[in-house]
Amino acid sequence: MPDMLALYARRRMINSIALGISVLTMLFGLFWLCWILLTLLQYGLTGLTSAVFTQMTPPPGSSGGLLNAIAGSLVMTLVGTLIGTPIGILAGTYLAEFGQRGWLAPVTRFINDVLLSAPSIVIGMFVYAVYVVKIGHFSGWAGALALSILVIPVVIRTTENMLRLVPNTLREAAAALGAPQWKVISFVTLRASRAGILTGVLLAVARISGETAPLLFTALNNQFWSNDMNQPMANLPVVIFQFAMSPYDDWHNLAWAGALLITFSVLSLNIVARVMFRQQATTH
Amino acid sequence: MSTSLQEAHHKHQNTLDILFRNVTRLCAFGVLALLGTIIVSLVVGSMPAIKAFGFGFLGSAEWNPVTDHFGALVPIVGTLATAAIALLIAIPVSFGIAIFLTELSPQWLRRPLGIAIELLAGIPSIIYGMWGLFVFAPLFGDHFEPWINDHLGKMPLIGQFFSGPPMGIGLLTAGIILAIMVIPFIAAVMRDVFDVVPSMLKESAYGLGSTTWEVMWNVVLPYTKIGVVGGIMLGLGRALGETMAVTFVIGNSHDLSASLLMPSNSISSALANEFTEAVGELYTSSLIELGLILFFITLVVLSVARFMLYKLAQREGGNA
Repeated sequence: MPDMLALYARRRMINSIALGISVLTMLFGLFWLCWILLTLLQYGLTGLTSAVFTQMTPPPGSSGGLLNAIAGSLVMTLVGTLIGTPIGILAGTYLAEFGQRGWLAPVTRFINDVLLSAPSIVIGMFVYAVYVVKIGHFSGWAGALALSILVIPVVIRTTENMLRLVPNTLREAAAALGAPQWKVISFVTLRASRAGILTGVLLAVARISGETAPLLFTALNNQFWSNDMNQPMANLPVVIFQFAMSPYDDWHNLAWAGALLITFSVLSLNIVARVMFRQQATTH
Repeated sequence: MSTSLQEAHHKHQNTLDILFRNVTRLCAFGVLALLGTIIVSLVVGSMPAIKAFGFGFLGSAEWNPVTDHFGALVPIVGTLATAAIALLIAIPVSFGIAIFLTELSPQWLRRPLGIAIELLAGIPSIIYGMWGLFVFAPLFGDHFEPWINDHLGKMPLIGQFFSGPPMGIGLLTAGIILAIMVIPFIAAVMRDVFDVVPSMLKESAYGLGSTTWEVMWNVVLPYTKIGVVGGIMLGLGRALGETMAVTFVIGNSHDLSASLLMPSNSISSALANEFTEAVGELYTSSLIELGLILFFITLVVLSVARFMLYKLAQREGGNA
């Protein structure tokens, strides 16, 4: 009997140690999140003045703002999303609605899942090779194009998942009323899952608004305001990268302010997307 | 409506149907074409370097833009080493987080904690890089690396990996920051696959008197091992391709060194730093070949990861 008790005590002890470590790992994860966010607030808030939103990026050693970078980021994110979203939604529709037979759907699904986490710097290189080299200079269009390639897999994935949540009875009911398939899909199933699809688009926007690597070889940077998408274009991530790597204190402060802006817009987009997804999930 | 009008209407809708189906199919096909074009354009771009260096490119540690001699050994080793360090730290931590989220956490805490971990994944990588360079690396260099030098550095065999100037930047720092970045990805997959374990299985084990740890280690983990490995591979894919976080802290040096405390280079940070400044066909094309190698490695890793996750999902479908 004492043997049994000893064994029992030992098992209890191993269990407590393992579960204790599990709690510690959770705290470990949260610790980094808090540390990074606190650092951002600490350095970012001091740099976040009204000049950030009203002035252009300064030359080395003088003060200025991030206006052109913020505008450039918004424009390229918008254009990238506008190019990528329709392609993603249509391809996702094919996978969900027509993809039961044939080889194309399973292969595309697999490739899409792989592209979802492919290194974004290679995407930048690809756009550089097929577009920037051809037209001979960096441009805002090239940046938007690179971003749109990152949008497509995210939108395809969520569109397909959301369409699959739509009950088949809904499709059958519409078909029984004599609606042709394109009407069933565009007016019934896509409409039923629009909140979910919008979630996917928001997640995609959140992803591309923080991406730096694909913009390095495509949009590059521009110290001045630019309305011309055909010219190199300023954007927050690349400005942060250049300013943070520089030896100037003014530039560091601006980089922190930009970092704070980007992180909090990306995180709020993530949270909004999650809230919307939850609403979509509860309506089914 | 007369029959001919009805027929015309019917025909019209039929055409629209075919049109709609083919437009969606074209977009789906576009994704395949995209992957194909990426690979072809990278291969074409790296042709001059492939012709000039052949397979020697993979094994040479020389990187000299002046004499036009390039080899990929240092960036490849750097990429693999940082990813390995990241996984060594991230796998146990993610496992612990997944256990906490599925078994220990009170119900009301599960969602907020899950979201917090996912937010960690949402922070853009450039922020990790900046934070790593300005906050983490100085602390790490001042307080931890001297300790590592004094203790691990003196040990036989592994000592050479842990001795070097405590500068704060280098392979080890890059690996640790990558670990923080991939923890949320691996933890999220582990949590999801642990959630699909049938409760009957777990309850049977608890009924036989197992402790929570024994249930996790002997029942849940074996049941979900394909999915767990898939999640780890997914994290590996992320760690291999990550650019900005690594670029800030790895030090960008093309010297080969055994020490993890020395500055080195990874494929992605070499690209980020040198690509726009590369002059000459051979230099550019060597960098593109680096990109091709990176794309190839991540493609293989991610394909294996997805394949394993599909297999788990299929088994789930079969059981249900």
